[in-house]
Amino acid sequence: MANKEALVLLLDVGPSMHSVIPVIEKLCSMLVQKKLIYNRHDKVGVVLFGTKETCNELTLELGGYRHVVVLKNLKDVDGDMVEALQKLPRGTKDGDFLDAIVVGMDMLIKMYPKANKVKKRLCLITNAQCPIKESIEGTKEEQVTTIAKQMSVHGTRMESIIVRGKLCRKKANKSTASENHRLLNIFSKETSTRIVYVGNPVSLFGALKTQNKTPHTVFRGDLELSSKMKIKVWVYKKTIEELPNLKKCYESPDIVVPSDQRVRGYHYGPQIVPMSKVALDAVKFKPEKGVKLLGFTNSSNVLRHYYMKDVNIFIPEPENTNAMLALSALARAMKEMNKVAILRCVWRRGQTKVVIGGLIPNISDKENIPDSFYFNVLPFAEDVREFQFPSFSKLPAVLQPNQQQLEAAANLVEMLDLAPCGKEKALLPDFTPNPVLERFYRCLELKSKNPGAAVPPIDETLKKITEPDSNLVLKNKSVIDSFRRCFEPNENPRHKKLRRLLLEKSSSSEEDCNRDITPLPSNLIKVKVDSVCNPTPPQVFEAMSGSRNTQDSVVKAIKDTRNKIFELIDESNDGDNYPEALQCLTALQEKCIVDQESEQFNNFLRRLWNFDRNLQNFRGYLASRGLTLIPKAGFLDSQVTEEDEPKVE
Amino acid sequence: MDFEHESDDPFRDDEDDPDAHLSLEKESTKEYVVYLVDASPKMFTSTCPASADDQKEESHFHIALSCISQSLKNQIINRSYDELAICFFNTREKRNIQELSGVFVFNVPERDYLDRPTARLIKEFDRIEESFAKDIGSQDGIVPGTRENSLYNAIWVAQALLRKGSAKTVDKRVLLFTNEDDPFGCIKGAIKSDMKRMTLQRAKDAQDLGISIELLPLSHPSDPFNVSQFYAELIGLEEDELADFMPSSGNKLEDMKDQLRKRMFKKRIVKKLKFIIVDGISIELNSYALIRPTVPGAITWLDSVTNQPLKSERTFICADTGALVEESTKRFHPYKNQNIVFSTKELSEIKRFSTGHLHLLGFKPLSCLRDYYNLKPSTFLYPSDEAMDGSICIFIALHRSMIQLKRFAVAFYGGSSRPQLVALIAQDEIIQSGGQIEPPGMHMISLPYSDDIRLVEERHSEKVGMVTRASNDQIKKAADVIKRIDLKDFSICQFANPGLQRHYAVLQALALEEDEIPEIKDETLPDEEGLARPGVVKALEEFKTSVYGENYDEECEANAKPSEASKKRKAQAEVATKECENYDWGELADTGKLKDLTVVELKYYLTAHNLPVSGKKEALVSRILTHMKK
Repeated sequence: MANKEALVLLLDVGPSMHSVIPVIEKLCSMLVQKKLIYNRHDKVGVVLFGTKETCNELTLELGGYRHVVVLKNLKDVDGDMVEALQKLPRGTKDGDFLDAIVVGMDMLIKMYPKANKVKKRLCLITNAQCPIKESIEGTKEEQVTTIAKQMSVHGTRMESIIVRGKLCRKKANKSTASENHRLLNIFSKETSTRIVYVGNPVSLFGALKTQNKTPHTVFRGDLELSSKMKIKVWVYKKTIEELPNLKKCYESPDIVVPSDQRVRGYHYGPQIVPMSKVALDAVKFKPEKGVKLLGFTNSSNVLRHYYMKDVNIFIPEPENTNAMLALSALARAMKEMNKVAILRCVWRRGQTKVVIGGLIPNISDKENIPDSFYFNVLPFAEDVREFQFPSFSKLPAVLQPNQQQLEAAANLVEMLDLAPCGKEKALLPDFTPNPVLERFYRCLELKSKNPGAAVPPIDETLKKITEPDSNLVLKNKSVIDSFRRCFEPNENPRHKKLRRLLLEKSSSSEEDCNRDITPLPSNLIKVKVDSVCNPTPPQVFEAMSGSRNTQDSVVKAIKDTRNKIFELIDESNDGDNYPEALQCLTALQEKCIVDQESEQFNNFLRRLWNFDRNLQNFRGYLASRGLTLIPKAGFLDSQVTEEDEPKVE
Repeated sequence: MDFEHESDDPFRDDEDDPDAHLSLEKESTKEYVVYLVDASPKMFTSTCPASADDQKEESHFHIALSCISQSLKNQIINRSYDELAICFFNTREKRNIQELSGVFVFNVPERDYLDRPTARLIKEFDRIEESFAKDIGSQDGIVPGTRENSLYNAIWVAQALLRKGSAKTVDKRVLLFTNEDDPFGCIKGAIKSDMKRMTLQRAKDAQDLGISIELLPLSHPSDPFNVSQFYAELIGLEEDELADFMPSSGNKLEDMKDQLRKRMFKKRIVKKLKFIIVDGISIELNSYALIRPTVPGAITWLDSVTNQPLKSERTFICADTGALVEESTKRFHPYKNQNIVFSTKELSEIKRFSTGHLHLLGFKPLSCLRDYYNLKPSTFLYPSDEAMDGSICIFIALHRSMIQLKRFAVAFYGGSSRPQLVALIAQDEIIQSGGQIEPPGMHMISLPYSDDIRLVEERHSEKVGMVTRASNDQIKKAADVIKRIDLKDFSICQFANPGLQRHYAVLQALALEEDEIPEIKDETLPDEEGLARPGVVKALEEFKTSVYGENYDEECEANAKPSEASKKRKAQAEVATKECENYDWGELADTGKLKDLTVVELKYYLTAHNLPVSGKKEALVSRILTHMKK
């Protein structure tokens, strides 16, 4: 395989790194997992530094290189490696990253002495807080430069992921840090090294990538400004959705009617118009391959939400200085003038589709990366639906925010800041991993050991992607509180439509009811949210008893309310949903008493207490509001004895 | 065609795909429309200019008809499940269920009065003007001395046509085309007010039944249509809406078509979302798909001989035992030499985060939203107070602040198919010449994850010092080019999709049995004339010289380094052509001996003739035979 990769992970496990090792474990094991799936013949080696022990070939051959352990020699990825990376040992010494780099390089060179087709890659993860040792000959700079040159000769690429900021417990020695920064930059200059600084666990998680598929060019050829002026470009995908590709367990059999006896039919009203492939080929639209300029326009004419698809990138044809210059001139002029170029593209020969898109300059700030362009597909006239919406200014005054509310909103927008000046920006897409994928890969690993394993919960680190960052919320508590104060509670008590919806539902067949309460398949989640999201149950009951008070509808209403309460409690944060849940419960209790369904209610309440052990709060809240089981004494059909009453601490 | 795609992957099912949505809810989002066209003599005598640069005047009747015809042709392709009826009033003949005079429902065989559009309907409707005077006839229905009221009758007929279908699941609409702003102008006194009252009552009854009546007035620039005369009350226009009702309309044909088109688009809510802003405060949003790629309709496979639709059946056979299985609910993913099986339930559990809600995470400056943060079309959000009071108010407050502070919101959308990070961009309303170009609201843009972003630039980074940047002079030359080739009024609605238009044209020609396929103009081609202007040519020449140097030779550049792959391909083609000559293909084909050759041999022919080499042996043979016309 020509695109095989040999990767050595250089992991700092010294004491100052201990706090982030759990994330590094997940990150690296997931990398190997992905390789297991997509690049099974890639080789990976693991080198630890900052360990108490020393175990590497160089130390045997040359001496030195202490506290560097080769955990795994370069070998094809396997499950064993995934497991090894999941429980990295913690080291006790300050690590020397330069030693680790040399050990890693040595491994790569020994395995692949010639610069053959294997892609050699080193990946260093460290906080670069510990000084590297003084060298025997020359300065540290000279030493690093020599090593970097070697690396370059052997065609090895390096990635440095530097952990910093809040993630480092230990107070960093400033001079050491800046020295290390300078040294690492030498690598970046001398070789194709990517240095990434990460300040929070989420971006550390997203910092390490592996290529699942070798990228193919979408197009290679001329960007035609006119028939006379052309620029040689290569077009790649810049973004593309990365998804696992699952296959069906069962195959469908061969199709009975073979393809040459079938013909396509397109609907034209109620009729179907047959169009044979031959006829279609003869008359279909056949544009010529090519990328042509239509013109330039102000970037304000191309709004952000017009972008239709994943994004392409236009780079100059490699090693073509003319193309590099031409693109650079164009990109920089467009950037200055705030222009977007509109292109018409037919990427491949024989393609029946034309796309129109905007070419947006991407000025490079790195010395070794040429200027390029991003390309976003824009909609055709047919793709745009011109719906009209009321102007906000024309809405009635009661719906308009007042001055105070506007200020509260402005404060929120300003202060709930994910991109503070001078600090690391949170949730940068480039460093934010996909939590679904992470969970999928983790599940895959679990299931490979135990096919019956349950789906694991979402990773704690990655909750920062799906939920607001509690630190940020805490920091802006006053802003958030004043925002909450300014906008009064917003439950609409007269929720007519929903009531109608529920009524319709309650009149539907028993079968439907049953299906509604079966927990969880994804398609039902939507239904559930839609239907019992926000009615206040007293109204639901009123509406029901008012019109169709059938036995079924009561049972259904109780079920609905139960679901609603479970949901409220499930979603409750610090008890903010408790008043609403209590309201529902009280209504349910009343209804059950009236309908002599006390048992139903009591069962439900017992279930509720078992629902979650963390529900002590809620139990306490209920008790403090005087809501208990329906006692037997008062009502004939209830069978509660005193012992059944919950004991609330 | 490239348009076909199948999404069977559970990670790909896109719940907010509007078309999937449509097919799911065909019933509930159906639309029934009655076109009510005034056929009074005044419709034939009044005219207005056909288009801005055309001196030719066309009758109002003709304009109404061509609008409807155009809209039918669009409807049959885009929304063929919607039903319609075409009904003339102020006619000599009558044809309607109630036997009311002055009203004629146009129809063709094999079709109910209110039904889906058919090719035949469109075809005959296009020719209706030829025979109108003979078969239907124009005649004023409201004349002094009689108590006949053709407008009243027309609304009644329309109402009767729209009787079928529940108002809950169907949108029912009457589109009224007329140029008479005062239909009872010729009547005097008590009878007039009586007739007026009755007509308004009839309209109100219809509206109470859930039928909306919309007016498409025609007028001449010199004689504007006065809505407040009578129709404002009939269609229920409020005082403050009057001014907006006829936006700068000279009632040219184009305007009219445009208006009709806009009204034919019915807003459809894709989804209702709960947007949690901070703990304890959430608002309700409706999402709309304003921009989605349009594709030709679904393909139905037909038997090539009988043209009968083929039934598609799926049986699932267990790969291990060969037994028939009910349904394939499980999927697998290979991992570590085994197939890991997932049930649908487990897969949806993996994707489950915060069910269906949009959760605000914070704000960032707009400059942080890079141009490559995009994966699919955006979704439009507009607030609704239906479920939660105050939603609109909170939304407006945030919206305004976000625009003022030039910031966008980052939120997590826990949709059940693909939970993702999204950017919410506040969009201010943009109004141009009376029309809303951009509605006010927020656009939800799905952000890529780091897994989705490729480091293309880095991969192609050059060794030290290899990168050259353009000089100031070169940039200036480029700027000159940019100034010269400026699309000032570029708008995204400017270009029709030529592939799609071609497809529709072919479909229409086949369905209506037209002899010729109308030529579709490809609007996406560069303006060659404009590019040939001396100023442009000169600017381009100078730019070229400045970046490529004086003696730049394209041919030499092009031939200098053909890529490895193309070299290989070329070599292969040469070999194939040579090998190909060793066979007598005609002979082999005639004697049916092609199948005796090996695949490699067959491919010589295909490669030499530049044909695709994919497929099984039979396919290759048949491809060769087709190519040889045998």
